[in-house]
Amino acid sequence: MMDSPDDKVVCVVGASHAGVTCAFALRREGWPGRIILFDADPELPYHRPPLSKAFLTSELGVEHYLLKPRESYLKDAIELRLGVQVANVQSTERYLTLADGRRQYYEKLVLATGARPCLPPIKGMADAKNVFPLRTAQDITRIREALLVSRQKRVLIIGGGYIGLETAASLRKMGAEVNILEREERILHRVTCPFMSEFFRYTHQNHGVIIETGKQVVAVESSDAQSTLQCSDGSSYQADVIIMGTGVRVNTALGSSAGVEIENGIKVDPTARTSDEHIYSIGDCTFHFNPHYRRYVRLESVQNAIDQAKVAAAAMCGKNVYYDAIPWFWSDQYDIKLQIAGLSQGFDNLVVRKEDREDQFSVWYFKGQELLAVDAVNNAKAYVMGTRLIRDRAIINKEKLADPAVALKSLV
Amino acid sequence: MARITYITNTDESITLEAFSGSLMELAVQNGVPGIDGDCGGVCSCATCHVHVAPEYMAIVGEPEEIEMDMLELNDDVDEYSRLGCQVQISEALDGITLTVAR
Repeated sequence: MMDSPDDKVVCVVGASHAGVTCAFALRREGWPGRIILFDADPELPYHRPPLSKAFLTSELGVEHYLLKPRESYLKDAIELRLGVQVANVQSTERYLTLADGRRQYYEKLVLATGARPCLPPIKGMADAKNVFPLRTAQDITRIREALLVSRQKRVLIIGGGYIGLETAASLRKMGAEVNILEREERILHRVTCPFMSEFFRYTHQNHGVIIETGKQVVAVESSDAQSTLQCSDGSSYQADVIIMGTGVRVNTALGSSAGVEIENGIKVDPTARTSDEHIYSIGDCTFHFNPHYRRYVRLESVQNAIDQAKVAAAAMCGKNVYYDAIPWFWSDQYDIKLQIAGLSQGFDNLVVRKEDREDQFSVWYFKGQELLAVDAVNNAKAYVMGTRLIRDRAIINKEKLADPAVALKSLV
Repeated sequence: MARITYITNTDESITLEAFSGSLMELAVQNGVPGIDGDCGGVCSCATCHVHVAPEYMAIVGEPEEIEMDMLELNDDVDEYSRLGCQVQISEALDGITLTVAR
């Protein structure tokens, strides 16, 4: 049975941080009708950041990392359709078609479809054994199982980004031999400055991780449970488990089927609305305007997922809101806590501030005199002050900033 | 077991019982308004800020450096502020009242 247009149904496709936050925020904002949350993943929605960290190293099930307990969905009358794939959107008549052919009418549609692992075309990869991406709880369960039965526990991580590095730290804790192959000339090439790359390379090597850069994997071959990887420079590596940390592709297929504007993701306005007035989009899949940086960005982050979800929910309930946030991120590796405030892209000079403790410092990214971002290592003070100074567009005395004897607070 | 009372921003009083876990987890599991726990409990987002009833502050204890710094993200931080994710529930907390920060 189709709902009638009077039923005020919101369909949210994608039940991760963005989709779940949006569903609950809709109820809190007073949405009067049905709220239906779809996801192809059969698990009750869970936190994704712990997947490469605490979840991988623990023996606990994903039920310990839930975003909300089951009762919360019942209490707020949020209908969960888990393990259900949405096939396409018919935006003129406003209904979704599910993979099994059923249809669901919507008054408003929220596309929180996120991203999927990008698996570069490598010869033999499709047939290779024990190759895992790292995006879902099931991916982690499979990695854990593969490690458990592997005698030598030789893990090869392809890609030295944050996911790859967090996974390496976790796997070392679990007693695996870990080798990272990075295509660029340094790890974290896309997301941070050479100073930070070097810090993480040093840290991982001290923990026994072998990092090799400039390595393009071109072919894989498996025999029994073991794989051999060939690189373009002629080198080769043996591994029992291969983890693909090679970035993501945005899930825009549903957006395309709805006919909404796509540009480096699903393009949304400051209320998280797409080019179709009945369709909103939130989280990793959106290409959205950041007012502070005065440009369109696409972010893979919990912060953006949550902030856009709340804005979209309020906007759908008729409130006058718009998205205006300073992005923030974090990464935990070994006993290192990295906290990032802002977006460093476009920086042309930087200040490194080293505190008295050797493992405590911060990197401040500037474009001219404008502070763009701060990478704070074991240094929440720098993260918090950085957030404030970025938000206030403060002009900072860089000499004082570089001097650990000068308190950060006095820079305000 | 500990009985823990949260006072929300609308002055609603919610009393919950728990044996373990953090003050943030208990609040999120029971939908206490104003406690979000966005980062999942790793002291990265400061969305689980509570004010501890003064008479319980000695039992709960002072925040560590990183938590103290993260609390600075909030405007209404005071000497009774804690991040719920950094406080583990034990019987010692039985009867405690926490006011959810604004």
